[in-house]
Amino acid sequence: MRGRGGQAPAPVGGAAVIRTRGLTKRFGRQLAVDGLDLTVPRGSVFGFLGPNGSGKTTTIRMLMGLVAPSAGVATVLGESMPQSLGRVLPRVGALIEGPALYGFLSGRDNLVRFDAADPTSDPRTRSARVAEALERVGLSAAAGKKARAYSLGMKQRLGLASALLRPRELLVLDEPTNGLDPQGMREIRALVREVAAEGTTVFLSSHLLDEIEQVCTHAAVMSKGRLVVQGTVAELAARAQGRLVVRTADTERAAEVLAAHRVTAIQVIHGQLDGRVEGDPSGVAPVGSLDESLPELCAALIAAGVRVRGFGLERGTLEDAFVALTGEGFDVAG
Amino acid sequence: MSLVEAAEAAGAAPRVAAGPDRATVSGFLALFRSELLLTFRRVRTMALLGALAALPVLIGVVVKIETGGLHGGGDGGPPFLAQVTQNGVFLTFTSLAVALPIFLPMTVGVVAGDAVAGEATSGTLRYLLVAPAGRIRLLAAKFTAALAFCAAATLAVALTGLITGSVLFPVGKVVLLSGDTVSLGESLLRMVLIAAVVAVSLSGLVAIGLFISTLTSSGIAAMAGTVGLVVIVQVLDTIPQLAAIQPWLFTHYWLTFADLLRHPVYWDGVLHDLGLQALYVAVFGAAAWARFSSRDITA
Repeated sequence: MRGRGGQAPAPVGGAAVIRTRGLTKRFGRQLAVDGLDLTVPRGSVFGFLGPNGSGKTTTIRMLMGLVAPSAGVATVLGESMPQSLGRVLPRVGALIEGPALYGFLSGRDNLVRFDAADPTSDPRTRSARVAEALERVGLSAAAGKKARAYSLGMKQRLGLASALLRPRELLVLDEPTNGLDPQGMREIRALVREVAAEGTTVFLSSHLLDEIEQVCTHAAVMSKGRLVVQGTVAELAARAQGRLVVRTADTERAAEVLAAHRVTAIQVIHGQLDGRVEGDPSGVAPVGSLDESLPELCAALIAAGVRVRGFGLERGTLEDAFVALTGEGFDVAG
Repeated sequence: MSLVEAAEAAGAAPRVAAGPDRATVSGFLALFRSELLLTFRRVRTMALLGALAALPVLIGVVVKIETGGLHGGGDGGPPFLAQVTQNGVFLTFTSLAVALPIFLPMTVGVVAGDAVAGEATSGTLRYLLVAPAGRIRLLAAKFTAALAFCAAATLAVALTGLITGSVLFPVGKVVLLSGDTVSLGESLLRMVLIAAVVAVSLSGLVAIGLFISTLTSSGIAAMAGTVGLVVIVQVLDTIPQLAAIQPWLFTHYWLTFADLLRHPVYWDGVLHDLGLQALYVAVFGAAAWARFSSRDITA
């Protein structure tokens, strides 16, 4: 189950936007990233998943030239990093580990400052681009306020605005919806889709699995510094096994019958009047002929006198896939 | 999977530009301008300059009140203090002589020490670097802004000294240390020259502060380290047993600016000072560059 099982999908529209080979980072004795082979196809919305401490942020920092790799190579937009960062980074917008702002400057002046840091950005169009970026994240009204008076959500938006100061080929977003209310999260997701529709590749790290499922076309999962799997979101979700769910008041009896029919990993969850028996039906029959064997299972339950209220397979989610791949809950530190 | 299809369809006709724009001269210099604005728009900078500006006023008022007692004992106190009551212009020189050993380097230590480490503390450093500011360019911009602060700090002391001196005391021809008398105009010219020498005298400290600033991600630690170093070096400079190393301390020739008040001007000490500052800028500038260009930015 573990290991680098997933093959990179064929790049969409030519070369990969991000490609790493054996990328490794060691901090002292601790191995933060271990032999990472990552391929992000052009035009994708790429979800980068992993528990806290799994090496996601270190990977992003290596891709952005902030941290030098201990071994291995990384290319971003076809050029090697960090050697070519002067040519690469003007084409990349980034939000890394939350926004960081000058509290004593207004929102607008923060953007002016970050734009001035890029030697390839045109000073003549600066104020227009800043105004456009503020408009895009919905901060025009608060642009004159000092950034220290901003809420976390507003800071997050301002960080996004600085990533959108110019048309970018690649947008790297580390936890972009952190600290936002549900409405703000929806807006950011809509913005990500909009930017992606313009042809920008989006590399999105998140710990929110449903967020990845909603907006991403591709995903990779990291655990303990290693890449566990990468592929399209559809492929990954398909790896998650479906679960057989029986709703009944006679949970114990049902569990016995299912066990007798080689259903494994049976869980009994008691409700007040009702119960749920869940199990992994893959032991019953080879996958594929499962649909044919399900009616037999159902018949067996009824024959044993189990009062079945509900019976069926629940489709696997990305979360199931994740738990199956990493063998741990999502928020557990690696 | 409709999202994949949507992305593929979009990927076929990207709106975004293919290549990077060229770096322009105005684009390159924008960071230097931004850095200067950032330095002088901070409340902290204004507070430091305000404190420096208050120093000559304080000295002037004290001298004015205590005038009677000072005439007798001209041997104690800071340089030129005895001359202040005869000529207000000397308040500028007194103030610079008082400010240079401790107050000026303290403020410069704050600005230079915080330069890179402060950005690391607030996290803005990573956004500047991914902009991409370029590490050497950022360091150069920080150095430039800190030098501009040295000039502003020296000017704050000199100007308030001149204004306070001319308000509180008579102003006229200046009797130099060598006994010659020069016109007020020439003494003002010498004052400008002295202010320039004092400002440049701080450049070695700027380089040291910038280097310390690249060592840590804590702005407070870098500021305290730089200011602490100034104090330690000043103490070392007073210990007679250390006479062998004292000519290499960056503070050693600071007060030689007084030689510019002689006729003819005695340049030896001043040139020693400027040469030593250039050496410190070269050594610590190179160290800061070596450290900063290879450092992992994890803050």
